Amino acid sequence: MVKSAYSISTKKEKIENHIIVVWVDNEAGVLARVIGLFSGRGYNIDSLAVAEVDKKKNISRITISTSGTTQVLQQIKLQLGKLIPVHKVADFPKNKKTLLREMALLKVVSSKTKLEKARKLCKKYKYTILDKTDKSFVLEISALKKDIDELVKKLQPMGLASTSRTGVVAMTKGSEIYKQN
Amino acid sequence: MSNLMTGAEIVFKVLEDQNVKHIFGYPGGAVLPIYDELKNHKKIKHILVRHEQGAGHAAEGYARSSGKPGVLLVTSGPGATNAVTALTDAYMDSVPLVCITGQVPTHLIGTDAFQECDTTGITRPCTKHNWLVKDVNKLSSTLHKAFEVATTGRPGPVLIDIPKDIQFKKGKYIKAKELIKKNNKSVIKFNGQDNSIEKAVALIKKSSKPIFYTGGGVINSGPRATELLRKLISITGFPITSTLQGLGAFPGEDNQFLGMLGMHGTYEANNAMHDCDLMINVGARFDDRITGKIDEFSPKSKKIHIDIDPSSINKNVKVDLAIVGDVKLVLDKLISGIQERYPNFAESNKQEISSWWKQIENWRKKNSLGFSNSKEIIKPQYAVQRLYELTKAQDTFITTEVGQHQMWAAQHYKFDKPNRWMTSGGLGTMGYGLPAAIGVQIANPEKLVIDIAGEASVLMTMQEMSTAVQYNLPIKIFILNNQYMGMVRQWQELLHEKNYSESYTAALPDFVKLAEAYGCIGIRAKKPEELDEKIGEMLSVNRPVIFDCVVDKVENCYPMIPSGKPHNQMLLGDQDKEDEISEEGKVLV
Repeated sequence: MVKSAYSISTKKEKIENHIIVVWVDNEAGVLARVIGLFSGRGYNIDSLAVAEVDKKKNISRITISTSGTTQVLQQIKLQLGKLIPVHKVADFPKNKKTLLREMALLKVVSSKTKLEKARKLCKKYKYTILDKTDKSFVLEISALKKDIDELVKKLQPMGLASTSRTGVVAMTKGSEIYKQN
Repeated sequence: MSNLMTGAEIVFKVLEDQNVKHIFGYPGGAVLPIYDELKNHKKIKHILVRHEQGAGHAAEGYARSSGKPGVLLVTSGPGATNAVTALTDAYMDSVPLVCITGQVPTHLIGTDAFQECDTTGITRPCTKHNWLVKDVNKLSSTLHKAFEVATTGRPGPVLIDIPKDIQFKKGKYIKAKELIKKNNKSVIKFNGQDNSIEKAVALIKKSSKPIFYTGGGVINSGPRATELLRKLISITGFPITSTLQGLGAFPGEDNQFLGMLGMHGTYEANNAMHDCDLMINVGARFDDRITGKIDEFSPKSKKIHIDIDPSSINKNVKVDLAIVGDVKLVLDKLISGIQERYPNFAESNKQEISSWWKQIENWRKKNSLGFSNSKEIIKPQYAVQRLYELTKAQDTFITTEVGQHQMWAAQHYKFDKPNRWMTSGGLGTMGYGLPAAIGVQIANPEKLVIDIAGEASVLMTMQEMSTAVQYNLPIKIFILNNQYMGMVRQWQELLHEKNYSESYTAALPDFVKLAEAYGCIGIRAKKPEELDEKIGEMLSVNRPVIFDCVVDKVENCYPMIPSGKPHNQMLLGDQDKEDEISEEGKVLV
């Protein structure tokens, strides 16, 4: 029995997954502001990618994969827009108009036979071998999240020893771009 | 080069350029260069507080009663952390504050130096923006930008952290005007070019059960917004209710005013909100203390929301029409929109809303703010009513602490001007009212300033009486003393089986003697018949007063919407409480 809780919402709404892209001034603490907003207001971050994209204008691009109800997603965009170093917030729809990529480095350490088996498993994917020894190899794969998930799962019994993954980055298809302010 | 200035000089040059007359502060190691420079700037008066939280609340009181930003100056480490409550309070209630903190020298940052803390890290979630200035040549532009951010758009607190070596270093001064306004998001554009005003006018015309629900945004938009709101209410003939923070934007004694709404709002205001077919929210934010149970909040109404902050729209309640802009600009367009299309609207539309007004009058008959008075003991509501009657003839400024006394003050003290009511609404900070009163008195030297207080709250920042005495600030601390944390006690009675866990203060100071110890006047009233005379005595002295008003210990604040309940299920008094609890058990709360 809830004795004196604040009003509790009984509505259950659909959770959607979105890619939010934020252009920010590349200054000290800016990532903490963005991330702090998410943790402080209880929003989810499924993955995160950030790097400077315009050295001259000192602009970084932050790509956040997030999930929430329509109302929460709208709040995320509006709250981000209020941060002083934020120039522009874009919501990339997760559909055919958007290109999504993640990158992973995977190290497999195993016996010769298993290493060969592992290489065969990878055939289906576009990948590059970056390093190779008798006992191991390191491969680089750039693909959709689900493909990397799948490959990681397959490589696990083959001696996958170390996994390093980036967050998702996104770009719209065609000539259209989100103009920065 | 001769036009180079030290960081400390730059700080004061900016304050002078920004027309700052008062700063509230407390010195310490990391701000000593700035304090050293203070003597060279006679136009700026420093108010020495007794605790940095007091500086923050005083600056809030100053800002809210004057419309100008409040400025505070504190040292690093504990100076900064002590100011955090006030900054958070200002953030929640949209009060423009500029907080300047000292920091350990740049080469010591990150070494756990004496009185070092990560000030910008700690205050990031409780400021609109903050800066750590590591280059003296960026100090003036940063400070000017800080004033701009604090005062434009939805106002709020900002913080500038200045390491001690930067205060000593020499650098260039840049005037505010010369700054390039890049990435300026503080100016929200509203020109009424879209058809939102027309849509609003159409909804207004169509409505037969309308209500205006107005908030602190009207006050923050300035005196012009208040004038326009009054005009709008008059040309529509619609009823109006206000949030806690919006009190004073519309005259409290006007017949179109239904009183405050929300958890302790009036029966008529809450029922009108629940049953209306058109709700026009002007500068309010659908806070949980306003809406009650959100799923059942005003189920049948179309909702218009006017707010300067786009993130306020659809945050808690989905609305049908959002108008993002400064209240005064939007109201101006809305008024001309109505007048152009329907000159003489109030008269021609009177019939449309006459049954609505009849319904409201019926709700009014409940007299939901009524209470049973006593001849033996002072009822807290009666004390506020007498205080109002005896002070309404003069231009009075009221601050409060947080709790039952705050709600009684909001219910029974009627305001007819904006910027006369300073209370901690969003954060609900006990200990706000006394330092806030100091700030209000500094900004309004000749005016009557009263802190309607509770004995538990006021003890949290009582040390600021010493500040009031030092600067001859004749603030009146009117304590409704029931020896309990009254609101906690009330919730425990209603919702926690009368288990009064730790809500009684067994050892209170003698407030009259305490007043004397601080060097101010102490007055005590125990009986209803002596109340008027004692209040008169308080008002007649031009010195700070602590008034110990001994009130009924167990009085509850009604009406009340128990949390988790919609607007039309209010408790009106102790009678209701017994009925509801015996019938439905405690599941309801």
